[in-house]
Amino acid sequence: MTQADLAPGRAVAPATDPSVGRTGAPPSTVAVDCRELVKTFGGGAVRALDGVSLAIRPNEFFTLLGPSGCGKTTLLRLIAGFETQDTGTILLDGKPLDGLPPYRRPVNTVFQSYAVFPHLTVAENVAFGLEMQRQPRSAIAARVRDMLALVKLEGLEARKPAQLSGGQQQRVALARALANRPRVLLLDEPLSALDLKLRTEMQLELKRLQAEVGITFVFVTHDQHEALTMSDRIAVMRGGRILQIGTPEEIYERPAARFVADFIGETNLLEATRIGTARFRLSSGLEIETAEAGPPGDSVVLVIRPERAALVPPGGSALPARVEQVVFVGSDTIYLVVIEGGLRFRVREQNREGAKVRVRAGEPVGIALPPSAIRVLAE
Amino acid sequence: MMALLRRAGLLAPAMLTVGILLILPLGLMAFVSTLERGPTGGVIWSQHTADAYMQFLFERDLMGRLVVNTDYLHIFGRSIGLAAITTVVTLLIGFPTALWMAFQPPQRRMLLLFIVTVPFWTNILVRNYAWILLLRNGGVVDWVLTKLGVTDQPIDVLYTPFATGIGLTYSFLPYMILPIYVSLEKLDRRLIEAAFDLGANRWHAFRRVILPLSMPGVVGGAILVFVPGLGAFISPELLGGAKSMMIGSLIQQQFGQSRNWPFGAALSFVLLLLVLIALSAHAARYRRGGIKR
Repeated sequence: MTQADLAPGRAVAPATDPSVGRTGAPPSTVAVDCRELVKTFGGGAVRALDGVSLAIRPNEFFTLLGPSGCGKTTLLRLIAGFETQDTGTILLDGKPLDGLPPYRRPVNTVFQSYAVFPHLTVAENVAFGLEMQRQPRSAIAARVRDMLALVKLEGLEARKPAQLSGGQQQRVALARALANRPRVLLLDEPLSALDLKLRTEMQLELKRLQAEVGITFVFVTHDQHEALTMSDRIAVMRGGRILQIGTPEEIYERPAARFVADFIGETNLLEATRIGTARFRLSSGLEIETAEAGPPGDSVVLVIRPERAALVPPGGSALPARVEQVVFVGSDTIYLVVIEGGLRFRVREQNREGAKVRVRAGEPVGIALPPSAIRVLAE
Repeated sequence: MMALLRRAGLLAPAMLTVGILLILPLGLMAFVSTLERGPTGGVIWSQHTADAYMQFLFERDLMGRLVVNTDYLHIFGRSIGLAAITTVVTLLIGFPTALWMAFQPPQRRMLLLFIVTVPFWTNILVRNYAWILLLRNGGVVDWVLTKLGVTDQPIDVLYTPFATGIGLTYSFLPYMILPIYVSLEKLDRRLIEAAFDLGANRWHAFRRVILPLSMPGVVGGAILVFVPGLGAFISPELLGGAKSMMIGSLIQQQFGQSRNWPFGAALSFVLLLLVLIALSAHAARYRRGGIKR
């Protein structure tokens, strides 16, 4: 199967198909353009989306990441057309989607609970959208075969969903959504019901699929690890707002807000006051040097990833501390230490030379912090 | 051994109930249907005959010869027809109602469910008498239609098969709505969204997803309406008059005025046979579908 077979815009769909974008839309630098979206529920009591603007690029694996209730699923449902925004506009390839019912939008959804039709076979499930488009029978059969090959479900055409495992049902849902050659594929926490091993497998599988079919993926998840693994770019959401949009590296290394730093990966957050251009005093009284300059007097939060700090013998410029607990997690060892003055700190070291005890709980140590490892966030 | 005793003990109440309240009376009726009719009603317990079953299809003319009598077949035919029409009409009214109910907000759903079951709180006899007041000439419907100028004739609806149909439809509608509602209510809404998402408009989503997935409710409702509809006798008796006699009234008459217990029992068994044939045909179809499923 070549990419050309699967690329949108090369569909066998009849040229008279009136739906937006299915017939060769001009290339655009923005696939999905959300502008100032506001959505409230319960007569305005709950603000699910509070002015969200967002530009998703063509063929991008874009992830909406946030805790439950942050509005990420609502945003997805607005794009799919299941809900209508109070104000704001959504453009797809430059054309507004507003007012179009879901069945007239060139987007397809993979639902959290798969939502495969229990009364239809695997093949009938995948053919559903194509039949709705009134494609010729032979084209449908060929497309169904291709899609099942793509998700590696050959030979299960005649099975009913009840006879499939969760992972297989997930693949049916995926094949069914991709069969229509959507401009954008929306995925609503599609992996959350799978067990860990299967989930990891499907993460890589989804990434492969996306590269193969060349369709824009908008992926919703609350799992930061999943988001980091799969995404080209991530939007971190909270309380109906977007806090930061960036590549996984940017989000991880340079979080724009305390919540982002805390939500993504393990983090040490230290409250401090700026006393020089690049010098800070921790709330416990110790002073610390960073690489980020700024005017003194601000109270800030210092963000330090556990793997960027190192345990060294006490003394010198290292922060004096005492080991409280040593946690062996296989590939790494995590040291929970208490900095002099009572601040808790977490150091993660890779076990490159195998598991061997360097320090024990109760021993005094120093924490070496390279200035570049410290990210300064204004409070 | 203990497990066996325990199972027997746990099953005993159900077995006793079924045995005493179902098997025993049925056996008694089967026995009665093979007996000679007593001269003043009742039966002669010692004389066996197949007369009751013969009477269903044949009668003796004045010369004492057996000739075919289709009167009872007609009554059976009419009953099946009326029960079938009742089933179809309750389905046509009940399905949209159940569909609408299932898509209301949860709190209103409970209220609507309550309203549907309100008729159960009143005796079915009383409710059918109420229909007499509504349908008779000079009754409410007649009066309204006359006032509106729709008709200047008496409507002459009462004591016709049409009136029986109205009564049956009214009586059995909740039995159609409730099972369909249950199957629609537990239908995963995301399946409907998935259908829309894949390009199905409202009609296709209904035809391809909602209807097939609510079939268990439809079949359940149809059985709950058709089977008791076949044997119904209150509505036919009160609203239908003698011209539209149904099986239920016929059987009731044999045990009542006609004092012909064996014939009543025989009729009951013919009816039971019909129902069993219909149900097993459905079960066979369902099983065949089940293998494919």
